[in-house]
Amino acid sequence: MSALGGTWEMVVGLEVHTELKTATKLFCGCANAFGGEPNTNVCPVCLGLPGSLPVLNEAAVELAIRIGLALHCEVLPSTFARKNYFYPDQPKDYQISQYDQPINAEGYLDLPDGTRVRIERAHMEEDTGKTTHLGGSGRIHGADESIVDYNRAGVPLVEIVSGPDIRSAEQARLYAAELRAILIASGASDGRMEEGSMRVDANVSVRQGPDAPFGTRCEIKNLNSLRSVLRAIDHEALRQVTLLEAGGTVTQETRHWDEDAGRTHTLRSKEEATDYRYFPEPDLVPLAPSSTQIDSIRAALPPMPAERRASIRSLLGDDGAASSLEQITSVVDQGLDDFVVAAVDAGVPVSLALARVANELAGLIADGGEVEVVAMTTLLKMEEAGELSATQSKAVLAELVAAGGDPRSIAKAKGFEQMDEGALDAVLDAVIAENPSEWERYVDGDDKLAGFFTGKVMAATRGQADGKAVNAGLRSRRG
Amino acid sequence: MTAVDIAAGVRSGTLRAADAIETSLRAIAATDGDVHAFLAIYDDDARATAAAIDDRVASGEDPGPLAGVPIALKDNLCHNGRVTSCASRILEGWRSPYDATVVERLEAAGAVVVGKTNMDEFAMGSSTENSAFGPTANPRNTDRVPGGSSGGSAAAVASSMVPISLGSDTGGSIRQPASFCGVVGVKPTYGLVSRYGLVAFASSLDQIGPFSTTVADSALLLEVIAGHDKRDSTSLESPAPSLLSHLHDGVEGLRVGLCPELIEGASPKIAERITIAADALTANGAELVEVALPELRYGLSAYYLLAPAEASSNLARYDGVRYGLRVDADDVAAMNVATRTQGFGDEVKRRIMLGTYALSAGYYDAYYGKAQRVRTMIIQAFDRVYQSVDLLLGATTPTVAFELGAKVADPMEMYLSDVYTIPTNLAGHPALSVPFGTAEDDLPVGVQLLGPALSEVQLFRAAQVLEQEAGR
Repeated sequence: MSALGGTWEMVVGLEVHTELKTATKLFCGCANAFGGEPNTNVCPVCLGLPGSLPVLNEAAVELAIRIGLALHCEVLPSTFARKNYFYPDQPKDYQISQYDQPINAEGYLDLPDGTRVRIERAHMEEDTGKTTHLGGSGRIHGADESIVDYNRAGVPLVEIVSGPDIRSAEQARLYAAELRAILIASGASDGRMEEGSMRVDANVSVRQGPDAPFGTRCEIKNLNSLRSVLRAIDHEALRQVTLLEAGGTVTQETRHWDEDAGRTHTLRSKEEATDYRYFPEPDLVPLAPSSTQIDSIRAALPPMPAERRASIRSLLGDDGAASSLEQITSVVDQGLDDFVVAAVDAGVPVSLALARVANELAGLIADGGEVEVVAMTTLLKMEEAGELSATQSKAVLAELVAAGGDPRSIAKAKGFEQMDEGALDAVLDAVIAENPSEWERYVDGDDKLAGFFTGKVMAATRGQADGKAVNAGLRSRRG
Repeated sequence: MTAVDIAAGVRSGTLRAADAIETSLRAIAATDGDVHAFLAIYDDDARATAAAIDDRVASGEDPGPLAGVPIALKDNLCHNGRVTSCASRILEGWRSPYDATVVERLEAAGAVVVGKTNMDEFAMGSSTENSAFGPTANPRNTDRVPGGSSGGSAAAVASSMVPISLGSDTGGSIRQPASFCGVVGVKPTYGLVSRYGLVAFASSLDQIGPFSTTVADSALLLEVIAGHDKRDSTSLESPAPSLLSHLHDGVEGLRVGLCPELIEGASPKIAERITIAADALTANGAELVEVALPELRYGLSAYYLLAPAEASSNLARYDGVRYGLRVDADDVAAMNVATRTQGFGDEVKRRIMLGTYALSAGYYDAYYGKAQRVRTMIIQAFDRVYQSVDLLLGATTPTVAFELGAKVADPMEMYLSDVYTIPTNLAGHPALSVPFGTAEDDLPVGVQLLGPALSEVQLFRAAQVLEQEAGR
């Protein structure tokens, strides 16, 4: 039985818009930057003033090609087209986009779970301004006032359209996460969903089992986080199943995801859908990247997440526990895999490197910190050699990220000197003497008590004892 | 005085730019009340610019090849800080915050802009009667239209208010009024002159070009405004052609084609003038070749799908949101409708509707798609003919200037005025109209010379010969 009940299966395709990290806008020299006073980052071209003409930003073309290549697409000779519709945030009342001849087509994306999702196309287009409706209904029809900021108008976008190959909300979330990681890795985008630099729309339909024809789909907009993707798709699929089981029919329409209410509602029906009257953009010439250009972009493309995950997995060998696989995904998604690879190269065990990078470093960096790969490697080697306990190692790392410096000096400054064997022996003997009944039980074979003694030793040494040395000392005394 | 003479005088210090401008402003004051060629006159600014040019000459500088030459601009060319209305209510009073590339080049060459000229609204029309600010009269007979859409620029030159002016030609909008008013009008190769700052009508067809009384003046003006511009992606890489240096090279050995499609339907006297023009070219050593271009007969139909389709998109931005006219209404969409209903004239609305229809889902292939295929066919037809001839000679217009109001009620009849000029725009080729005597009602008439892309040098050589022989 499926998650939707009975033989129901959902069919999902995603359309992802990503802003490109160029210095300037797609068709003019205005900065591709956010914030600032409304309508200050504009010029005759991005305002669509009478007589102005677009000139294509070559840097945006290169980033679009990078995305295509990272998604195994064919990079094609392409043309621009006008998508005509009236909206106040659209300065020309048409959007320059690509239609029947996109720059990238027919690629794929492999999910970490092994599913291959086809990429139908990844084409270039310009962003719109931002409209705010004030008073009244708060929407375009019936607001008291609408104000527009054109600073974002003309920012370069790539729209990535997947095939209808996704079969669960979790897969959709995985796809969005993987695509985001690819966009970041390729250097094309910063992938920040909350800030709108990556926006996801989902086409959702349901059907009775994998051999049934596709059902009528609804397009869900306003998915601003991976969590929204997961929740909205689950909700929408269930809504459709409930409707169909009650004898109703699904109407093709665009629906808005309300994150707070946790449901979707109708935005516009198919009848209200605009006829975009696409036609070739006469102000721009066809784009035909040479094979030399494509090859050089391909050659400069850094390894993508899947490849990077695989290379860490290969370091891990056959004993890759489920927890390690999760750590690998997280480390690669956050672009921290260099830390793991460097430490492993220097002789640190993979499990230790993964644990520290995924569980400690990732959090510190997410809060805005930085650390050099070589410093992290030194720290992990110190821990591996028993010079630092786990607790001490984490404390040194926090300091390293916060203030920089050298792990050895930090450890020394914190008084994390390695305890010599004689000192540890004295502490061990004292702890055993203070707890004779526990010691007797341990000697009789109650191994759980090793933790009890280690804790006592750590407390007595304020964490400076090396856990491995303590264990070895306990074992040797048991005889 | 011609532009060539004024510039030579100003550069050599024998003529003051201030006097040249004063002559022009006086002529405008005396004549424009009857002709209404101008929508705006910049008297004070023009005087100040002229004085600055005279100062530069006095201090030993060369202000450039158009030093002190008064020029008028069609009101669809953006001039920083000045109104660019396109003769439309929807842009009435809108001041462009930037200069068109051609305006930059004119000013860098020392030309003095004296004003903006009347036109058919958004360049849609063949009589300048579609102006929201009243029609322009033909200076040769003020009961007649000057042609259009660049009627104001043609009339300004024909009445000697300025020696040169700029217009734009999408389907004949320079050549047809040039013929009606008895002046030279040139539609350059598509991409030779930057369109940056030309308010778009049909982007794939629009091209800026000169009006003048002499062929040499158009050559001088075109040399200044032509050449690559990185702000226009459709701008050709080729440099501005050297026209003046070849102007008197003659037509010896040039193969000039005559085809029925560029003559059939013309009035008897116009047809006769073409025969005489052909004889004049032969007498000067050209070789006449009979050719056929039956494909051109589909040009008009294709044009009236393609140009409106592009226009429907280009004119969408006049929605009342950012600039120009706004007619308030209950919400944004209603405001868009109210603004456009009130702001656009009938002909503009007609073409927006035609174009919107031609691009609509379900009709695209039958209309826009088919028209594109016709366009390709016409390009191939020209390519075929230009294997065996260097230039084509034909009529510019089927008739002489018609009476004001005669065709206002019949758009189809009006559209037919451009039947000989439209194919060149579809092909992106250059063509010009050079005055060649008079035809019916003693009104002036031009003959049209057409050539393949970047054949401006040959076109101007032939036009120069016809100018000399126009008295035949």
